[in-house]
Amino acid sequence: MNLYSRRVLTNRIGVGLSMAAMLFGLLALLWILWTLIYNGFSALNWDFFTRDTPAPGSEGGGLRNAIVGSLLIVGVTSAVSTPVGILAGVYLAEFGGRSRFAAATRFVTDIMLSAPSIVVGLFVYALAVVTCGGFSGWAGSLALSLIAIPVVVRTTENMLLLVPGSLREAAFAVGAPHWQVSLKVTLPAVKAGVVTGILLAIARITGETAPLLFTALNNQFFSIDMSQPMGNLPVVIFQFAMSPYDNWVSLAWGGALLIALMVLTINVLARVLFRKRSSE
Amino acid sequence: MSAVMNGNAGPIEFQARQARRVSEFKWQDTVFHRVTLLFALIVLAALAGILIALAVEARPAFGQFGMAFLWSSVWNAPEENFGALSAIYGTVVTSFIALVIAVPVSFGIALFLTETCPAWMRRPLGTAIELLAGVPSIIYGIWGLFVFAPLFAKHVQPHLQAVLGGVPGIGRWFAGPPIGVGILTAGLVLSLMVIPFVASVMRDVFETVPPQLKESAYGIGCTTWEVVTCVVLPYTRVGVIGGIMLGLGRALGETMAVTFVIGNANRIVGSLFAPGTSIASTLANEFGEASPGLYISALFALGLILFVITFIVLAISRWLIRRGNAKRGTQ
Repeated sequence: MNLYSRRVLTNRIGVGLSMAAMLFGLLALLWILWTLIYNGFSALNWDFFTRDTPAPGSEGGGLRNAIVGSLLIVGVTSAVSTPVGILAGVYLAEFGGRSRFAAATRFVTDIMLSAPSIVVGLFVYALAVVTCGGFSGWAGSLALSLIAIPVVVRTTENMLLLVPGSLREAAFAVGAPHWQVSLKVTLPAVKAGVVTGILLAIARITGETAPLLFTALNNQFFSIDMSQPMGNLPVVIFQFAMSPYDNWVSLAWGGALLIALMVLTINVLARVLFRKRSSE
Repeated sequence: MSAVMNGNAGPIEFQARQARRVSEFKWQDTVFHRVTLLFALIVLAALAGILIALAVEARPAFGQFGMAFLWSSVWNAPEENFGALSAIYGTVVTSFIALVIAVPVSFGIALFLTETCPAWMRRPLGTAIELLAGVPSIIYGIWGLFVFAPLFAKHVQPHLQAVLGGVPGIGRWFAGPPIGVGILTAGLVLSLMVIPFVASVMRDVFETVPPQLKESAYGIGCTTWEVVTCVVLPYTRVGVIGGIMLGLGRALGETMAVTFVIGNANRIVGSLFAPGTSIASTLANEFGEASPGLYISALFALGLILFVITFIVLAISRWLIRRGNAKRGTQ
């Protein structure tokens, strides 16, 4: 075999393997989605949304309390982490510059983006559950906020840095104070990007299980009292999937499908929104 | 101009009003600055708070067992004797398996997306990989437990055992009954989780290579494979290693995907087929029902170890990725 054909052969093998890798990734996505739909779809019926989680050994049941609990916890989390994240992002983009404090904050935000979520749960347990009298929906929201805020901070800062300097200077030149420049000029200019960041943060926390295990805990009964332990989809899925009861396992699959659909929808929505605005 | 509009206001009054407005603006700006600073501080405080809280809660355990906590493999709740080694072992081995698989596959995906993929497929395929990264880990867990583990036990593990079980040295890695759940399965499910993260970072750093560099390599007759291995990879080495470290950080701290399939046995068996445990899965399983005192403290100590390890890995990863991307700026 001469040098040329050996090089061509190496290239074919390399490129072929890379295509195989791509195929492998896509098939994995399809396989997981297909199993979810196959196992979960049959569980999604009227009872699923209108009845509460069944007691051990009893028939039927649904996930109403868990769905409502998840929506409440995620809703409170978004309401808290959106302003905090945006204002921290504004600080980094507008005032932070190259200062040491800003550099440290950016570094910490990056670490928190990938930090193990179960450790965040431990922290909130030590901080809020032990001191404030037990497991509660508030504690769950606090734990999820710590995971959502870095996502919002990072996207807000990155988006604000894309605003052309001339826009900012024009606003300053007509005498606008800094706070008006940020809140009325630069932030509205990157609204789509910031909303994308918030959506991605919501998608991220919707499926988070580990931080809720020992903060919001779980509640077998319907409750909208955030100061009590609260049922939520991820923890219910975890407990039910590990259980020996068939109807529990089936509900776990239904819950998993529901969460996956929500997360994928939010992700796609965020992408579409961002692409439409940024191509205008 | 407002002096003109207000007609009867004199220039002195106008100046005074302007000065008032300016000082008002200054005051408002100071408040705005302080408020945003406060929120940035919250982020910093959260990290410090996590470290401090974990250290405080872990103190009784470290006080009782000393540094030997790190290399003792005993985990006996009734006798209150704890050591972290078997959890650390499970965490490290599963993450290692995950990376051994994820790194070449992610490299292939990044190569395909940046070099050989037709332009019209680039965006949808890239999005698909990013969506895979967005799938919550509990989904991987439930899929691993009910779908992957049984298939693996039935169709893959017996063959692995038959082929590799007799090989001296590595044969004992494949000993024991093929029950599906175990260290190897956890590593495989983890690798699926990590691939999208590593692949998207690799794609991003591959895209920082200046086209002139690649074009000149193609121009002198290099094949795609040669361009990637001799031009793109050397150019992006730092960023690629950063991406791999990011994947490692994710794998080390992953909870749900591992907890479902690792088998949760607190011991070290040499075999990869055997059930084991990782730091995160021990926390997920035992924290809820741990008795206060030494038991809880030992679990906090595990959390502290995990946080410190991932912190170091992620810090190195960020530094490398940033250095890799900084090249883009110098072009």
